[in-house]
Amino acid sequence: MATKKFLYVNRKAPHGSIYALESLEVVLIGAAFEQDVTLAFVDDGVYQLLKDQDTGAIGTKNFSPTYRALGDYDINQIYVEQESLESRGLSKDDLMPLTWEDEDDDWAEKDSIHVVSSAELAEIIEQQDVILNF
Amino acid sequence: MKFAILVNEGPYTHEASDTAYHFTEAALRAGHEIVRVFFYHDGVNNGTRLSVPPQDDRNISERWSALGQQHDLELILCVAAAQRRGLLDEDEAKRAGKDTNNIAPGFQISGLGQLIDAGIQADRLLVFGD
Repeated sequence: MATKKFLYVNRKAPHGSIYALESLEVVLIGAAFEQDVTLAFVDDGVYQLLKDQDTGAIGTKNFSPTYRALGDYDINQIYVEQESLESRGLSKDDLMPLTWEDEDDDWAEKDSIHVVSSAELAEIIEQQDVILNF
Repeated sequence: MKFAILVNEGPYTHEASDTAYHFTEAALRAGHEIVRVFFYHDGVNNGTRLSVPPQDDRNISERWSALGQQHDLELILCVAAAQRRGLLDEDEAKRAGKDTNNIAPGFQISGLGQLIDAGIQADRLLVFGD
């Protein structure tokens, strides 16, 4: 099977609409297809990666722990747009740590999340074959 | 060119499904190939056979069905999204113990793998959403 570069652009808050949850479902199913997968989080999408989420008061499923499994699916190119974080008063410290183990480097644990500028993200988008916006 | 189409919004509330339909129809008319039309999120609601819009309005589900049958198109509803929203084919309805099914002719229920596969096969995957 051909390998393509897939980019999932996550633009919406984790709750308030189902897009974040159903986007994550596509990413996890898609992992089985062994494509080159990149995730981007922009606009309110950066809230999807906030740590210590608690949905008890709104009675919806807190699916945020699932993001931590992405490393096990070899999904370790996760880009968060700096401007989106800053305009919401957030920094990388507010995000949950997402890591992967590099088998070419004695299974060293490495950071999956990269904070990039809007211009850097544009370059990443430019390199993709398939872009799915959620 | 080979196009794959992703429809992420339901009928009538958003124009996304109309735009996707017009694009698909125009692409076929221009001699392009449509690998698959995949319906996700509320887009699965485009596949109901029970919608009854006013007579002076377009019937979005029937229009997709007709285009699908005319061109032998794959019209795929995501199974997980469809089950959440009450779109069931005969098998799913039986399995879930429901008294009816409601999938329009020409639509099929299948998995998200069909979306990834469409992205791999197509030269361009177009996303129609909000």
